[in-house]
Amino acid sequence: MSPRLIRAAADATGRRPGRPLRITVDGEPVTGIAGQSIAGVLLAAGRTSWRTARSGAPRGVFCGIGVCFDCVLTVNGAPDVRACRRRAADGDVVTTQSRVEVADGDVAASQSRAEVADGDVVTTQSRADGSTDGAAGEGA
Amino acid sequence: MTVRQVVVIGAGPAGLAAAASALAAGAAVTLLDAAERPGGQYHRMLPEEYGAARPGRLHHGWAAFERLRRRVLGHPRCTWLAETAVWALERPEPGHPGLPLVHTLTGPADGTDRPRRTLAPDALVLAPGAHDRVLPFPGWELPGVYAAGAAQALAKGERLVIGDDVLLAGSGPFLLPVAAALLEAGAGVRAVLEANPPRTVARGWARRPWELAEQPGKAAELAEYTALLAHRRVPYRMGRTVIEARGDGRVEEAVTARLRPDWSVIPGSEVTVAVDALCVSHGFSPQLELPLAAGCALLRSPAGEFVAVDGDQLTSCPGVYAAGEITGIAGAPAARTEGALAGWLAGGGDPATPALRRVRRNRDRGRAFAARLAAAHPVGSAWPGWLRPETVICRCEETDYGTLCRAATEEAGAAPRVAKLATRAGLGPCQARICGPTVAELTARLSGNSPGCPADGLPVAAPHRRPIAQPIRLGELASSPAPSEPDTKESTA
Ligand SMILES: Cc1cc2nc3c(=O)[nH]c(=O)nc-3n(C[C@H](O)[C@H](O)[C@H](O)COP(=O)(O)OP(=O)(O)OC[C@H]3O[C@@H](n4cnc5c(N)ncnc54)[C@H](O)[C@@H]3O)c2cc1C
Ligand code: FES
Repeated sequence: MSPRLIRAAADATGRRPGRPLRITVDGEPVTGIAGQSIAGVLLAAGRTSWRTARSGAPRGVFCGIGVCFDCVLTVNGAPDVRACRRRAADGDVVTTQSRVEVADGDVAASQSRAEVADGDVVTTQSRADGSTDGAAGEGA
Repeated sequence: MTVRQVVVIGAGPAGLAAAASALAAGAAVTLLDAAERPGGQYHRMLPEEYGAARPGRLHHGWAAFERLRRRVLGHPRCTWLAETAVWALERPEPGHPGLPLVHTLTGPADGTDRPRRTLAPDALVLAPGAHDRVLPFPGWELPGVYAAGAAQALAKGERLVIGDDVLLAGSGPFLLPVAAALLEAGAGVRAVLEANPPRTVARGWARRPWELAEQPGKAAELAEYTALLAHRRVPYRMGRTVIEARGDGRVEEAVTARLRPDWSVIPGSEVTVAVDALCVSHGFSPQLELPLAAGCALLRSPAGEFVAVDGDQLTSCPGVYAAGEITGIAGAPAARTEGALAGWLAGGGDPATPALRRVRRNRDRGRAFAARLAAAHPVGSAWPGWLRPETVICRCEETDYGTLCRAATEEAGAAPRVAKLATRAGLGPCQARICGPTVAELTARLSGNSPGCPADGLPVAAPHRRPIAQPIRLGELASSPAPSEPDTKESTA
């Protein structure tokens, strides 16, 4: 069976049934309840994977706490949002991401290039080939 | 006299206790956490929207936690910054005294246009905790294979059950609360597999059994989990682990095998089990990016690298204290004690206060407990035996073991930093948080060096050095910091 949400009526924590919310994932509507993470909404809807790694392999949640970046997707145009850390908001427009390489060496993403450039995330990754290494050397 | 400003990063057991005692010492405290609610991994709270009437049903020590949380967050000298991630710590210029500046972003995780703040504390308590360490094995990248903490976080934090045929494997007592949380949530748990044989575990504890007895809360908690597994007829097997996950697009089967004490696989002992989820944990990795950004020295122990602290929880950087799982893995009670000591001293409390004697004693017991834990649940040195050339080591870049072997045995591949560039291992979005220690270990072994040993005069690659601790978007970086808040001292930077 797939992952599922515990029914409110059967939940030992005595939680309320929950306010429903609706997001779209690559254009398809998916429902959840307020308070769930986007990963939680997707898992409970029976999706165990949504990202595509470079080789084409599917990925979903791995660490569940924002460390592995396996679960990233695009939310309302902003790429690389960790689905396990981001609360779902009613109306969120989610698109899945892919790192599959296309012929000219570009990374094919399911959102437009313009969006990627706009919301670019700064990590040491972007400096990986030179300056990170310099930083790694200092005082280690 | 101006009030001393203490910034506490992380509101888990360690950070919350630190905030409480810094307040008791008379300081003004800014407590912040990337999560929306305090509690950390141990007292992970349900979302407010769930309106849970009995949240304590999922927790140990809930009433005490609730009291502490109310007292700290409601204190007039406490500023609680929820959903606030520290994305960088900025060290003062060399030769200049002072503490690192704390750069924060407040708002939904990985959002856009989150307001930026810079805090300039008089003292800093780092309590960012740890995450599961998972050793690679063939198929571990399949969806449905989770770090054990993920299953725990989803069950405790959102009431999501990951499957009905769940297998738990790895090493350490943490597998037990995860199994308990899954059972409570209604999941089917096939078995819990501890890779170490009974002899190793027993020897680890038996040498000084009183050290377990001196963590009474922990001992009772573990006994309760064991009883629950027995009651629910979930087998707890020692000396066996998962050596492969298989499936088409998601995990469908796990291959388990018996291990020798060094974790070499006993040929012919393989068994295939049908699963819909697999949870794995081989211990914990401390979140070291903030301590390293602050310039804190690390300490290498048999359980891995941790932040080095003195008897006062002070790091090698003046004014910077560390508490909780970043100084060693000993569970929530030990994290709380360390936090209490760190917070008191960071807050300017009298180091000679008689009440501290008991706190220090408990802290020392916590440290002894951490050492026992590491001795009872070591990672066996022969674990790479279950790797195959095509096994993914770096999940982000999909660098496989074969590539790593080639890079490491070639001349230029002798140092981890070089291997990193040649293979791209560790250069993906997680910035080596998951594979860093593994790649460093494998590279060192393959090139014949002991782990962490610099090759040819090169400095050791620090797998945890990440100048940007949490992602920030270009737009956010370009915007000016938010204006000061009345009760938080801010720098002009
Ligand atoms: C997923 C998971 C589940 C766990 N569940 C249990 C359990 O059920 N039972 C058990 O005995 N042990 C559990 N543990 C072990 C647990 O880590 C310790 O027992 C205890 O929580 C450690 O306390 P701590 O205060 O050191 O860290 P934590 O509880 O991890 O708290 C650290 C806090 O710091 C915050 N933080 C980290 N980095 C930043 C940053 N850059 N900016 C802002 N905030 C930041 C985090 O959001 C977190 O809330 C779990 C560990 C993990 C990883
Ligand atoms: S599952 Fe690891 S970051 Fe979300």
